[in-house]
Amino acid sequence: MANQDVKDLAGKEYKYGFSSDVEADQIPKGLSEDVVRLISAKKNEPAFMLDWRLKAYRHWLAMKEPTWAAVHYPKIDYNGIIYYSAPKPKKKLASMDEVDPEVRATFEKLGIPLEEQKMLSNVAVDAVFDSVSVATTFKKTLAEAGVVFCSFSEAVREHPALIEKHLGSVVPYTDNFFAALNSAVFSDGSFCYIPKGVKCPMELSTYFRINAKDTGQFERTLIVADEGAQVSYLEGCTAPMRDENQLHAAVVELVAMGDASIKYSTIQNWYPGDKNGKGGIYNFVTKRGKCAGPRAKISWTQVETGSSITWKYPSCILLGDESVGEFYSVALANHYQQADTGTKMIHIGKNTKSTIVSKGISAGHGQNAYRGQVKIAKSAVGARNHSQCDSLLLGDKCGAHTFPNLEAHNTSSTVEHEASTSKIGEDQLFYLRQRGLSAEDAVGMIVNGFCKQVFNELPLEFAVEAHKLMNISLEGSVG
Amino acid sequence: MLKITELQAKVGEKQILKGLSLEVKAGEVHAIMGPNGSGKSTLSYVLAGRDGYQITSGRVEYDGKDLLALSPEERAREGVFLAFQYPVEIPGVTNKYFLKAAYNALRKHRGEPEMDAGAFLRFVKEKAKSVEMDPAFLNRSVNEGFSGGEKKRNEILQMAVLEPRLALLDETDSGLDIDALKIVAQGINKLRDPRRAVVLVTHYQRLLDYIVPDFVHVLSGGRIVKSGGKELAFQLEKEGYGWIDAEKTAA
Repeated sequence: MANQDVKDLAGKEYKYGFSSDVEADQIPKGLSEDVVRLISAKKNEPAFMLDWRLKAYRHWLAMKEPTWAAVHYPKIDYNGIIYYSAPKPKKKLASMDEVDPEVRATFEKLGIPLEEQKMLSNVAVDAVFDSVSVATTFKKTLAEAGVVFCSFSEAVREHPALIEKHLGSVVPYTDNFFAALNSAVFSDGSFCYIPKGVKCPMELSTYFRINAKDTGQFERTLIVADEGAQVSYLEGCTAPMRDENQLHAAVVELVAMGDASIKYSTIQNWYPGDKNGKGGIYNFVTKRGKCAGPRAKISWTQVETGSSITWKYPSCILLGDESVGEFYSVALANHYQQADTGTKMIHIGKNTKSTIVSKGISAGHGQNAYRGQVKIAKSAVGARNHSQCDSLLLGDKCGAHTFPNLEAHNTSSTVEHEASTSKIGEDQLFYLRQRGLSAEDAVGMIVNGFCKQVFNELPLEFAVEAHKLMNISLEGSVG
Repeated sequence: MLKITELQAKVGEKQILKGLSLEVKAGEVHAIMGPNGSGKSTLSYVLAGRDGYQITSGRVEYDGKDLLALSPEERAREGVFLAFQYPVEIPGVTNKYFLKAAYNALRKHRGEPEMDAGAFLRFVKEKAKSVEMDPAFLNRSVNEGFSGGEKKRNEILQMAVLEPRLALLDETDSGLDIDALKIVAQGINKLRDPRRAVVLVTHYQRLLDYIVPDFVHVLSGGRIVKSGGKELAFQLEKEGYGWIDAEKTAA
């Protein structure tokens, strides 16, 4: 088959695979202390930020890349990556109209309109293009409610005290190799602060797009919900199809004070690589939330269909008494994708409660691992956890793996773990086809049914999107 | 409408159908009876296109088309419906969602516009009423946690919605109590129409108390060994299948 045909075919499967011709302000490839300083300088950061970045960088130099995950990839050349790329012009934007038309067109094409009047749903969007945030919508409405929602860079300038207080308070730069790297070089991301007792009036959303070649994306998200505050936040991500692998190493930190609740949903659709496993994003992400006060609640929902490798474990530290942590996950590994994902629930406060629902789908040569840790400290009297891990296999060349780790250090706690593995039954497929559905539609229906419990946790408009995404991602998995 | 000529099929190395011939015309109801292992279920699956059956010779014409050349979904879209002996559970997929997808797949095939969710809900509720099914079942996952009778009734609901031209019912009466049997039979009778044909595959005669067939065939050893009117079913009920084998041996 001609090369172009193959590309056309692959293009059908990943519809976000285009790249945009945007002039970019880039620094040369490679990583050094000078690069860290340069990034900080480009962003006009205060001294505390540069200090923190440098400490992280020096710490990272002494660390080794982790190898314990059930994923395989060639060694990453950290000096072959561009650590900063921003669409030009870089002048400060006064309004949406000043966003580069090409960048705006890109987001339009992705179905993310940045003009507020065009927004149909009640969602405020922060759009991150390569290394920087290009636009945040609905700022005024949010400001009236006292909600701060802006790019991380802007937050560093406008709200340095909040940043200094919370940055690294949940994921310190010493946490792990990729978190340390992110801490040194992160260029942007989203920041969100919900003041005491405020229920955020709309869904907040950040849309990440990697465009430039050879760049890594290192964004950082920090969400702080003060006492009694409530917020629902969603992130989405896509990237062009490229033959080489690109690194995405993000950090997300959530802080929920007493009685606050944060719902964090992810629809991860980075380019997964082609049918033969060429190209795709390495998605090495650290996400963690802290229930800092009593009755705080953090809920993670993720739909992971993209990336050639996914390595992420959105976790909850349940510090406050009676605080609640939840993790709902769907991870799909098709073709040669590898996913090693799960969660950690660390129970410290009394009567803390956590729920884990993980649905792994493997197709083609995909490998899917659930890795979870439930740790109940001695102090977590009366803690409860329930975990449910289900795996679904399509075909006989894929794999599903489960690595649960349960530790209870007191006698008053309850920990439950259920796991199942099933294959899509020939009888199920035949039943649906006998009613007139094509084999692909039948598989899509069975898989979406399998994921329902997780999709139900997503905000409504995104549940529909997740459903469609699952069908697209499954293309080519039948027959 | 359906013409089966000298059909032979095997599963693995085992020959199940050994030269089966049968002709079914529009408007007719045929009952195929036979002892266990005679090939009744194989016949239903082969006609519906299930994998795992190897056709070694013979032909099946449906509306002049070569039925065996079509995929299972193409057969379904052309109006072939199989009511399963053991309906399958699809967790997490609601009955109404499944039915709507199936119904619209058929409409699309016929070049008709798809029916929207609201209109379909009214349509399917009406159908559910006609088979005396609680509309609450529409919101439950397909067959999940249904009793045996509820599953069978759900098959009849699907048939009522999809309005097939050729309905194959594989042991639809098995495991039903008498009330459920009546409802299921009623559902099938409502579908009787000069443009449609029904093939009932059954072990027992009792279903035929409620659905009076035009023809009864006895399937034994992979072929039709005797055909007749509804009186043949009574004779089978009274005398069992033994006399047929005896007749065969004598011949």
